[in-house]
Amino acid sequence: MNSHAVSVVYRKELTEWLRDRRTLISTVIVPLLLFPLIILGFSYLAVTLVGKAQKEVPKIMILGGNDSPQVVAALQKIETVQIVPYATDWKNQISEKEIRAAVDIPEGFQSALEKNEDQTVRIYFYEGEIKSAFGAEHIEKSLKGYRDQVVKERLAAKNIATSVLTPFEIKQENVAPPEKVSGATIGGFIGYLVILLCMTGAMYPAIDLTAGEKERGTMETILSSPVSRVDLVLGKFLLVLSAALATAVLSVLSMGISFAAMRYFNASVQSGRGEASALILQLGPKPVLFIFVMALPLAVFFAATLMTIALFAKTYKEAQSYLTPMTFLVVIPAVASLLPGVELTPKLALVPILSTSLVCKEIIAGTYHWNSIAMIFASTCVYAAGSLFLAVKMFQREDVLFRS
Amino acid sequence: MPGFPIQIEVLPVIETRRLSKLFKDKKRGEIRAVDGVSFTCKPGQIYGLLGANGAGKTTTLRMLATILEPSDGTAIVCGHDVVEAPQKVRANVGFLSTATALYPRLTSQEMVEYFGRLNGIPEADLKKRVDEILTRLDMNSFRDRRCDKLSTGMKQKTSIARTLIHDPQVMIFDEPTLGLDIMTARTIIEFIRECRQRGKTVIFSTHVMSEVEKLCDVIGIIHGGKLLVEGPLPELRRKCSEDDLEEIFVKVVGPHYTNAEAHTS
Repeated sequence: MNSHAVSVVYRKELTEWLRDRRTLISTVIVPLLLFPLIILGFSYLAVTLVGKAQKEVPKIMILGGNDSPQVVAALQKIETVQIVPYATDWKNQISEKEIRAAVDIPEGFQSALEKNEDQTVRIYFYEGEIKSAFGAEHIEKSLKGYRDQVVKERLAAKNIATSVLTPFEIKQENVAPPEKVSGATIGGFIGYLVILLCMTGAMYPAIDLTAGEKERGTMETILSSPVSRVDLVLGKFLLVLSAALATAVLSVLSMGISFAAMRYFNASVQSGRGEASALILQLGPKPVLFIFVMALPLAVFFAATLMTIALFAKTYKEAQSYLTPMTFLVVIPAVASLLPGVELTPKLALVPILSTSLVCKEIIAGTYHWNSIAMIFASTCVYAAGSLFLAVKMFQREDVLFRS
Repeated sequence: MPGFPIQIEVLPVIETRRLSKLFKDKKRGEIRAVDGVSFTCKPGQIYGLLGANGAGKTTTLRMLATILEPSDGTAIVCGHDVVEAPQKVRANVGFLSTATALYPRLTSQEMVEYFGRLNGIPEADLKKRVDEILTRLDMNSFRDRRCDKLSTGMKQKTSIARTLIHDPQVMIFDEPTLGLDIMTARTIIEFIRECRQRGKTVIFSTHVMSEVEKLCDVIGIIHGGKLLVEGPLPELRRKCSEDDLEEIFVKVVGPHYTNAEAHTS
């Protein structure tokens, strides 16, 4: 190997790569613009839709209750709902979204209440419809308040303190560090994204530098120069690797910025997603750095494997049809790691892609099992070295280079 | 120290020894594209390989340029064995064919510089060398234009500059005029002649008779992977008692030309 020749090839490939408009789109524009747009767009939409639903005053119908004016009065006092007159087609009206919910006060409710009899007040709503759920929630809250008041009055009548109802309090407290919480929610997603982007970032240059070169007729030109085939393939490989890493780095960077912007958007509306994005920002450089260290051998593996396969093809299109199914091979193990309950075991540590995805999830969650980190890094390095060796071997085969 | 140029004999610059190439084809089985070809080229000569499509010209030249490895036999180019020292051979060879395209996103000058660097020319000398070649080939008006924006003629000049940057002793041209218009083809023919004037050894393949008649010092007629006849044009005329090269070609190849070939090619 001649490092000077490798660097000459690399610099030339870099120049050509940077001048390609498709590169600009796949590596720079997509990650830098598309991600923020998707993330911001979705969160903005979610925030505004939820806000709208919360602002709307739901129309509620009371069924019955003519003989129980007290409970009806209590319901009519709710400011967040609008009580509409009774209509027989109330069920239909809920489905048609003309009213959001209906509350059914059984006959003789008041007298049964005084006699201490069992009875049920039913709230009818349309499940899955957020505005209907809000309406039902308001009614339930009001009814619970009314019930508590009745209980208090009864206790007071018998001279019993209200504390008898709650002899002790129950409270859940979180002991997991904040990053652990974020790791469980969206941490796995970051590792998955880095892995997927390393793959997609490598895909286009891997095709362009092998099958693309054959198609444009420059393969014979470069093979007639004194550069050795090993130096040639290494220079090309380094460019594909750079492209993969650049795509991943730019994407993670833009994601960080998007999350920061999202937190700004969510500052007024406190939602679970807002908290999670805040936690992402608390991650700091260490886990992010570690994810990239773990992703590095995987990026090598992708770059070399994609090049090896693409080299078989005679044209760009042919290479694309070979590599597109590869995306699924990468997506499946990466998605599997996102499933709840899939945990890192020594056996899984040997499965490429899946192991890296799992260890990234752990790293973001703040857990560093050095044994498994070392094992996964080493095993992925072995796969990477194997695939690189194969790529170099493939570049020496005439029947592959001059396949006709 | 002054040198003592003692010339004992003129050593051949290219010498092939029973050069052979086998290809494996799924449908047709094993194919002997080149079958025991032996010939020599002396320095400063233009050697023309004449043959029909599929005769084995391209494969022979690719083996000389070490783009393909011989299955059997070998060749010595500028004192280096194509099997044992392919990189040294390539450093002494300029290879040009219709299949050797340019990198579309590099400029004409960058293309030439790239091949200069691959040939190990130090950065300090490179600029001077590139300037010299671009000026000599009258390329200064488009040296900063990207190769995908060049006309066919400009592309040919860039390709020529690319093969000349390391000042090789041997030039190999594989059907260099195939598909070119008359004016561009003329540039190439002129260039081949100029190579000889500069003392370079040239080997080129073609199926255009007039090019061979105009240029070649020695002609080799190749068919079915075998070199059938070899020699200067006057000698071939004498041997075949024919004056016209086309008639000579038909006379030499005719007996070997089978009906099956007529159908496959």
